[in-house]
This record gives sequence, structure tokens and C-alpha cells, in this order.
Amino acid sequence: MSDLLDLSLAEASDKLRSREISATELTEAYIAAMAETVDLNCYITETPEKAREMAAASDARLAKGEGGAMEGIPIGMKDLFCTEGTLTTAASHILDGFVPPYESTVSGNLWDAGAVLLGKTNLDEFAMGSANITSYYGAVRNPWTRQSEPDTELVPGGSSGGSAGAVAARAALAATGTDTGGSIRQPASLTGLVGMKPTYGRCSRWGIVAFASSLDQAGPLTRTVRDSAIMLGVMAGHDPKDSTSVDTPVPDYGAALTGDIRGLKVGIPREYRIDGMPEEIEALWAQGVDWLKQAGAEIVDISLPHTKYALPAYYIVAPAEASSNLARYDGVRYGLRIDGETLDEMYANTRGEGFGDEVQRRVMIGTYVLSAGYYDAYYLQAQKVRTRISEDFRNAWDSCDVLLTPATPSAAFGVHEKFNDPIQMYLNDVFTVTGNLAGLPGISVPAGLDKDGLPLGLQILGRAFDEETVLKTAAVLEEASGFSALPALRAGRG
Amino acid sequence: MSKLIKGKTGEWEVVIGVETHAQVSSVSKLFSGSPTAFGAAPNSQVSLVDAAMPGMLPVVNGEAVRQAVRTGLALNAEINKHSVFARKNYFYPDLPQGYQISQYEEPIVGEGEIEVELEDGSTRTIGIERLHMEQDAGKSVHDRHPGKSYIDLNRAGVPLMEIVSKPDMRSAEEASAYVGKIRSILRAIGSCDGNMQEGSMRADINISVRKPGEELGIRAEVKNVNSLRFIRQAVEVEAKRQIRLLESGGTMVQETRLFDPDKGETRSMRSKEDAHDYRYFPDPDLLPVVFDDAFVAECKASLPELPDTRKARYVEAGVSADNATFIAGEQDHIHFFETLLAAGIDAKQAADFYTSEFLGRLNKADISIADAKVNAEALAGLLALVKDNTISGKIAKDVLDDMLESGEPAKAIVEAKGLVQITDSSAIEALVDQVIADNPNQVESYKANPKAIGWFVGQVMKASQGKANPGQVNQLLKQKLDG
Repeated sequence: MSDLLDLSLAEASDKLRSREISATELTEAYIAAMAETVDLNCYITETPEKAREMAAASDARLAKGEGGAMEGIPIGMKDLFCTEGTLTTAASHILDGFVPPYESTVSGNLWDAGAVLLGKTNLDEFAMGSANITSYYGAVRNPWTRQSEPDTELVPGGSSGGSAGAVAARAALAATGTDTGGSIRQPASLTGLVGMKPTYGRCSRWGIVAFASSLDQAGPLTRTVRDSAIMLGVMAGHDPKDSTSVDTPVPDYGAALTGDIRGLKVGIPREYRIDGMPEEIEALWAQGVDWLKQAGAEIVDISLPHTKYALPAYYIVAPAEASSNLARYDGVRYGLRIDGETLDEMYANTRGEGFGDEVQRRVMIGTYVLSAGYYDAYYLQAQKVRTRISEDFRNAWDSCDVLLTPATPSAAFGVHEKFNDPIQMYLNDVFTVTGNLAGLPGISVPAGLDKDGLPLGLQILGRAFDEETVLKTAAVLEEASGFSALPALRAGRG
Repeated sequence: MSKLIKGKTGEWEVVIGVETHAQVSSVSKLFSGSPTAFGAAPNSQVSLVDAAMPGMLPVVNGEAVRQAVRTGLALNAEINKHSVFARKNYFYPDLPQGYQISQYEEPIVGEGEIEVELEDGSTRTIGIERLHMEQDAGKSVHDRHPGKSYIDLNRAGVPLMEIVSKPDMRSAEEASAYVGKIRSILRAIGSCDGNMQEGSMRADINISVRKPGEELGIRAEVKNVNSLRFIRQAVEVEAKRQIRLLESGGTMVQETRLFDPDKGETRSMRSKEDAHDYRYFPDPDLLPVVFDDAFVAECKASLPELPDTRKARYVEAGVSADNATFIAGEQDHIHFFETLLAAGIDAKQAADFYTSEFLGRLNKADISIADAKVNAEALAGLLALVKDNTISGKIAKDVLDDMLESGEPAKAIVEAKGLVQITDSSAIEALVDQVIADNPNQVESYKANPKAIGWFVGQVMKASQGKANPGQVNQLLKQKLDG
């Protein structure tokens, strides 16, 4: 069984197609793996029965020589995607009992391509967090442990922590994530996975519970770059139901993985060398530069002068949009309702009880920065910063094709280590938020281990809608790093 | 000309600005495909988007944008080729998203102006500040259950245009004429059906008073007034209330008021202190609305004749200014009148007969044009009989009474009742001779006073039971009496 769990998506796909293994067999292995790793709390809702049905249907198609690009591949679905007939929580108390009568476009694309739903994965409540500790359904534990203190529970990053934890622990072959400020790339980095946030507009947002509309993008969490390419190809595509989805053809991302980056110009943004960055990360970054140089890339020092304003701008824009997006959770039509003597009291009771602390904090911040008298100083100013950041990138593309940066400022941390200081927590997104503010594609690739045996990732950022070059560069990094370490708390060890 | 209102302390001027909310004639909502038909069962026209289910996204209805641009052009207004939808945030159970998608800093239509005709025949130019698109909210029903409110989301998301005037009006009549003019323009171009009873059009009226020459006073906003008559009444009673308040030493507060037509008063709904901070910001789910000159040109080319141009054309054709304004302002009237013109009826005669005879009878019997048994073609049939001298104008009125009663065509009635005009001059001559022979005294007085011919005409017509051609009667009488 453990052999099945070790297959990459691409390998499993080949074996399914050649009928060497069956979808049912593969799915059963993963259902068992979910049970085995249940303590990690990666899933909010497991759907083994649905998985078995879908796997049987995949086998029937495969037997006829049919099947889509992900036929028979068992995946975890971040519980932010609405799934028809399956409880969808956004990890929030306020969506108690909410079973959507509709399917999100991205999850629908995956089912159409033959993917099998193992369950809905845990996340930070409404995707607000970088450690997966704000979930109403409890924190997710990272399957990786420190060599020095193996019993300390580490976070998997967030907000797509359940997806990352599940794929790393072999409790899903791949999983979906959403990335608003780093919510795919940061957990990927903390769990030794490949996490891809495509260009804003590449994947439809229709049917994904909204956090910050102008920043949210769906993307895959996988074990390899090739898997990422396959899964992104299925998730992406224009959707007339999302006005911000872009009508441009989806290329064959797999075909882009040529391994040839000779002559590619790789920019190294000097502003990403931040104070207090651990030496290990600095060293890993330098190593990444060497790898790409050896593969024939040209290294260019570049400047993104407005980088230091990105994080503050992000923590104005994202809460502002969230404060409005979350207004619909009012206890009137679905989810939780806590009655009150008056209408206002019902609102206050429902939202007071239904939203956790971090969500309430961001709704308050967002409401504040949009208020009369503060709008210009905060929201408008942040939007101006955003424009500057986009300009920085546009200028950079004059002299390079992709950027190489660290993915996170640290390796996975303990569940209680940063919890008391929201600002410290927000710093996790320092290398990733720029990609969201400018709408650019970014990928996190596992590149090495820290001195305690925890994975660290490097990030490649690229031009809008140039996921191909981003993936190609990432694959070269992956190859060069030869990253093969596995987490201690994975399924199938015995 | 004085529109000033006399108070105890002197004369006051009332200053009025109007926000007109007009439902765009579109089969679907502004951001979803749900139908917008009036009168459907509660919550039967609600999509996942309208109900603000998690993850649902708005997609703008291109037809609504087109109608907004056409309306802007018809209001002689500046068209903004780049406009932005913004969220207006507030909580209310019939507002599922917790925000209304509207336009704030960058509306689709900017400044414009329209001409408004007043009862004394004068005209006033009223400025338009802007027109923006927005979605309507749902409806809360509070009176069905002692402890519950019900929500109907059929209207949630229905496309509206909000047309904001400048504070250019100075009397109740002007305010009502302004809204009436907006209504006729919208109906003429088909961007709104203008049905105020069904809520397709309603007005919020901003009213303040001041001593002539002084600064603008503090205003009150009277919300959701839904007929031209109520607009007039609302302005009158609210202006008087403000004058009374100020003259008795009170001070105005900026507030929202409700007009109660039954009691003929306005009541406070909420004051500025309770006002929401709407936290407007551009809706990140929607891209800016952008189009080019070619689109504007296409919208312009699609505009039919506007009321002002139509009115001018009618006046040119001989219709009185009053009748021309009246007919050109309403699609039903236009339809009747144009049908009459197409049948070759003289414009002035058609306008006079349509307004005073046809509509006069409908008004008296309290029948709407739609319910009348006589349609435009039937009316044209009647006037055609007058035109070709089959019946006289006088007989036509009697025939019209019959038509409205029975719904029969004019020709059938005329034939059945033998009302065909006598144009045989020997028959008329016989009647004329008879009347002259019977009334020697009157013949004498005619000699002294030729105006007395009218009496003879009357007698001959009477003898013919109204069927003699009056022109011929006149001519023959003259010939005989003078000869």
C-alpha cells in the first residue's frame, strides 16, 4: 500500500491509464491514509463514500480507454470551495450546516477531469491566517517535526494548511488551495510541497467563499512541479460567471517543462533581503541562484523599491474587501443564527458568536479603513501603493524573465510560538503578498532542509499569464535540489 | 410668475432637487440572469447571486448598460466611457449581500439638462447632476405576522437608474413637471416603462426653503414618492411645514421624511445622526465599465424621436402648443395621434378631436386608454368618415359615443343608423327653401343683420336631423337670402 501512496500524480496517472493500478485501489489506499493521519486534523469533512463512487466511475471510464487529465486521482478540496451536496464550512462556525446546492467552477473542472474527492480540507477560518490555527474545527498539525524536539507540534502554515498537511502526510495525492497573500505558497514551503498561485484571473473564483476578491486565486498543492502543471491545467480556464476571470487560452503546462532555461534572465530583488532573516534562508537563496546559474540562466540584480510597503498595503486592502465580503453572513438566509430581541441584536449575536477572533479583527480593521475620514489615508493610499508595486514589477520585466526569492522568512514554527502576536504572524506573508498585490503567478518549490530537518522553499515569480516560464524554472530548481526528504508523521510507514 | 410662498415674516423661496429611481426595462437583473417581471410569487425570481450565497459573483447585464447610456444621451448628458461599480455597505435583511452595488465616484452618465414645460406655457431648463446604475434591494413584509418579518427577494438585484437633478426647481409644479418630463423621455426611448404604481419609477425629493437671495437652507429628503400628484402635494406640505417651523423660531434638521398622502403630511423617518457610513469602495468583483465612441454612437442611433423634437414637429403641423406637449409626452397618445396622421387626418383636427372628444369621454367615464373599446385604428376610421364628408364633425361625436359603448366600428354605426351626411344639393336646397318660406320675419332680420344666418343654418341642420353638410347649407342659404 505504501508504494501507492508514494506515487506522484503523474506516475499514478500513467499506471491508472495502463491499468497497472485501479482508481478504486488507489482511492482505498488514501481512505486508509486519511484514517491513519486523522490526528493531524487535515480534513474537516471526509467523504470516503463519495470517493469510492467517483473512483468506481473513473475505473469504468479508464476501462473504456476514456478519462480526463486527472482520471482516478484522489484529492483533497480546501473547504473554501463550494461543493454541491457536501458540507462547506470555510472553517467557520457561522456556516454551520451549509450544504451548497452548487459546485464551484474550479472543483467542477477537477471532477470533469476525473479527480476523486477524498474530503474537504481544513483551513484558517475564511482563509485568514498563516498557520491554520484559526479554524473553528481546530488547528492542523504539520506532519513534519523538528529533529531536536520531535514532540513539539508544528503548524503547516496557512491558510491552506489542511491541504498542505494532507498532501505532505500522504493523506491526499494532491489538493486545492487558495492564495490571497501566500496561502498556497507559504504552507507548501512549510510542508515540503510545490504550491502554485497562478495569475489573478487564471482560475475562476466562482463558488469559492470570498476572502479578498481582488487578491484571491485558486491553485494546486502537489508533491512535484509536473503534478502542479497537470493540476493547474485542469483548474484554469475562463469562466463567464467570474467577471475578473480572463479569456485567454490555457496552454499545455506540462509541455513547458523542458528543463532548458539557458539564457533565461533571473532577477534577484535586493529588497527581499530583509532584516533578521535566518542565515539558512539566506544560504538557501544563494544556493538557488547557483543552481539556476549552473543550468544556464543569467542572474540579474534588480530593485523592487516599494516592497517594504507591500505588507502594510496588503493588510489594509485584504481586510477592507473582507469586511464587505463577509457582510452576507448575517444569520438571515443560511448558516448560524443566534436570535436576539431586535434585528441588530440578532446580527451582533450571530456574527459575534459565528466569527472567530482573527476574522473579527480583520472585519474591524477593514471597516475602519473604509470609514468616512479614514478612507483616503488608508484604503486609497494602499491602492496607490499597489499601483506602485505593479509598476516595480513591470520595470523589472524589462531586465529579467522571472524572479527568485525565498518563499517564507522561516521554517514551520510551533503552534503556540507566534500565536499571541498578530503582527509577527502577518510577517509570514512578506515574500508572497507582492505576487497577490500585482496579480502575478508564483510558485514555492521545496529546496532544502533547515538545521532541524524542516523543509524550506524558494519562490519563483513571473510575468502575468506566463505560468509556463514559472513552472519551467521551478522544475529546474526541483531537479537541482533533488529534494527527497519525507515528513515523520506520514501515512503508510507501517 | 411669482413662485414665492407668503409666510408671516415675508416671502419664502422653496428649493428642490430630485433623485429619480427608474427601473431599467430589462428582462433580467443587473448582475444575474433572474427575471424581473412584476407581480411574480414571492422569492420566485431569485438566483444564487441575488440571494448572496457564498462564493457567488455578479456579472453586469450589458443591456442595462446600453439603456443607461441611451438614457444619458436622451438627457443631453455627458457619457462617461469609463465608470466604476462601487459597494454601498449596510446591513438590512432585504439586502442579502450586506451591500448594494451602485456607482459612486465614477457614474456612467455625468451632467446634462432637460427642458420642462409649465402650465402657463413657459419653459424651464433643469440641470441633471448625474445618472448612475445600481441594484434594487428586496422587500421586507412586516404586517403578515406579529413576531416575524418576511423577505421577498424578487426585486433584489433589479437594475435601476438613479437620475439626480441639480437643485434647480423652485415650485411644486416644477418638481412634478420635471419628473413627468423624465418619465416621458424614458418611456419614449423605452429604457423604463415609467409605471409609478408598480414601482418602476419613484422619486426622492430634497426640499429646503430660504428667504430670496439668502444661502440655501437645510434640506429634508422626502423618500419614495410614487406619483406626479403626490410629488406636488409632498413639496407643498413640506415647504409649508418648513416655513411654519422656521417662522416659529425652530431650526431645520437634515433628515429623511416620508410623505403620507392620506394625512397630507410628511413624517420624520430618520435624522442625519442615524445616517449610515456606507463605506463606499470600488467593487473588486467587477471590472470598470468601459466602452468606446462607436458604442455611444450606436446607442445614439438607436434613439427614437424625443418628446421635444416631436412636440416641435406637431406644432409645425398646426397642433396647438399645449396639445403638442401633451401628446408628445406619452407613448399611448403618440400611438393614437400618429395613427390618425397616417390615415391622412389633418393634424390640428386630429389633436383637438383626440384630446377633447376622445380623452374627454374616457376621463369622464374613468376608463383608461388600454381599456377603451376604441383603439387608434378605430378612431382613425371615424375621423376618415368626417374627412371624406360621409358624416359631419357633429355627428362624429355621437358616433364616438356609440363606438365607446358598443365597440362597433364607425362605418357600421353610421350605416346602421342612417347617419350618412346629405350632400345631394337638391335635397339640401329643398330644406333651405322650406325654412326660408316658413320664416319671413327671420328673413327680414337677416337683411338688417347678416350674422343671423347662423339661425337659419341651425334650422336647416335640425330639419335634416344633423345630416346635411353644413358647408353646403351655408353656401345655399347665402345664395338664396342674398339673391
